[in-house]
Amino acid sequence: MTKVDVRALAELARLEVSDAELAKLEKEIPDILKFVEQIQQVGTKAAPSSPELRNVMRADENPLESGIYTEKLLEAAPKRKGDRIVVKQVVSRKKN
Amino acid sequence: MDLSKLTIASARKSLDAKEYSALELTNAYLENIRAKDKELHAYLEVWTDSAREEAKKADAMITAGRSLPLTGIPLAIKDNMLIEGRIASSASKILENYRASYDATAIKKLKEQGAVFLGRTNMDEFAMGSSTENSAFGPTKNPHDLSRVPGGSSGGSAAAVAGSIALAALGSDTGGSIRQPASHCGIVGLKTTYGAVSRFGLMPMGSSLDQIGPLTKTIEDAKMVFDAIAGHDANDSTSLPDIPRVQKSIRKVIGVPRAFVQTGVDPDVLERFNETLDKLKAAGYEVRDVEMPNLPYALPVYYIVCPAEVSTNLARYDGIRYGLSIDAPTIGEVYTKTRGAGFGPEVRRRILIGTFVLSSGYSDAYYRKARAVRELIRADFTRAFEDVDAIAMPTSPNPAFKIGEKANDPLAMYLEDIFSVTANLAGVPAVSLPAGVVAREGKELPVGFQLIAPHRHEEVLFAIGKDVEGA
Repeated sequence: MTKVDVRALAELARLEVSDAELAKLEKEIPDILKFVEQIQQVGTKAAPSSPELRNVMRADENPLESGIYTEKLLEAAPKRKGDRIVVKQVVSRKKN
Repeated sequence: MDLSKLTIASARKSLDAKEYSALELTNAYLENIRAKDKELHAYLEVWTDSAREEAKKADAMITAGRSLPLTGIPLAIKDNMLIEGRIASSASKILENYRASYDATAIKKLKEQGAVFLGRTNMDEFAMGSSTENSAFGPTKNPHDLSRVPGGSSGGSAAAVAGSIALAALGSDTGGSIRQPASHCGIVGLKTTYGAVSRFGLMPMGSSLDQIGPLTKTIEDAKMVFDAIAGHDANDSTSLPDIPRVQKSIRKVIGVPRAFVQTGVDPDVLERFNETLDKLKAAGYEVRDVEMPNLPYALPVYYIVCPAEVSTNLARYDGIRYGLSIDAPTIGEVYTKTRGAGFGPEVRRRILIGTFVLSSGYSDAYYRKARAVRELIRADFTRAFEDVDAIAMPTSPNPAFKIGEKANDPLAMYLEDIFSVTANLAGVPAVSLPAGVVAREGKELPVGFQLIAPHRHEEVLFAIGKDVEGA
């Protein structure tokens, strides 16, 4: 059975998971993976790209008037300062 | 007016004939909600005041002779569709207080028709689940037996229509989330062709699978709602172009993938399914076995593709732009703590599975392989539709189960979707129609009959659906 490092997955997914839940997931996830692994029995190679899947582009024209949705969208932000969303520091000078 | 018998089509006639007003109709539903919803918990929020205002506007449209098919029709909306200014939570703690900044396209179209919005309905959190037990705000009950689930994830919408506390409802279907609850509640549930209804303003779960569709009492009503919400939308790049389409002439041939249908299905459910086929035969249909050898892989493929798309789609809920935000010393901890506190167990499970199947070293064996098998399933449908008008299967392998029965067994819950995920993977339209009941502990539980039609041919479902209802 596939060994799954749930703690590492949780870090990748940016998800805090308690130790108790981790223990439960370490049993459940391999069971679910074992079930989906049935598809390995199908003798087919990599996906031929479906004809319905294609990039859909919009012409870069008729731009919206700048700012008309700013207030509506900012109203939803947990923390704001003027017309900006406040976040914790993202880039740091310090090297560790 | 007897709400238990009322349909959109009959209400339309009565409203236009001024037998009663849209306001009276809306008030009758609000009254029923007050009387019944404490028990059912189909609604997360009821919009009494605005519903009455919308009904008054609908009455003005009717009086002016400008009534449209859904003018004054009281609807319930699944909690994952945006209505400007209204809370849309997807039954999740992470969006508990989130107010929508704009209207979903389907909602905009309903507003243009003068429909009335009664409230937002309960669901499995972010539409992940088959019982509505994964709601962060408590489960919905099945109107046919309050100890049982209504199905899911659009369980609130299904219970609202079946319990006559909405005339019709919108749901969303990623792997069966409209059809399975419709089946368990004894009503009609339509999953439209992928791209037929705009997904703009529907909270995405599995973007290659999700579709908005109606839950109604009759197939005629399902068509009325479908006609109102379908159409191309520049805001959804996967929405299909509005090309004039030739209606398929119906040969009256139904295909049944026998080998697949017979595995793991409840004997009573199978009996109801066969009875419905017999009725169709009596109505002049030929029922033929079809070979669809890849259908047994549909559920495993779905539980790779869906979590993969979930894990990417739900990355947007990070506590920065909207929704819950847990304060922490670093931005990394803001993300992990917000998501840890905001998402429920099933959502977390799927995010982690999706992260695994997409991770370096595993994506070829899981995600890419699943995409390849998905193409084989799609090809099975294309081939089968050369000889038959539609494919029939049960909607769900079991009748509604007890609340709590499958809550601790994720795989058992996933198996509920074995027959319904096939249509989402192929992108084709499918409907669940009421097809009799099975007796369980002195209660009669409804069973659904599923019909699947070729890409963009909803009219086949409407035509055969009428014959199923009439049979």
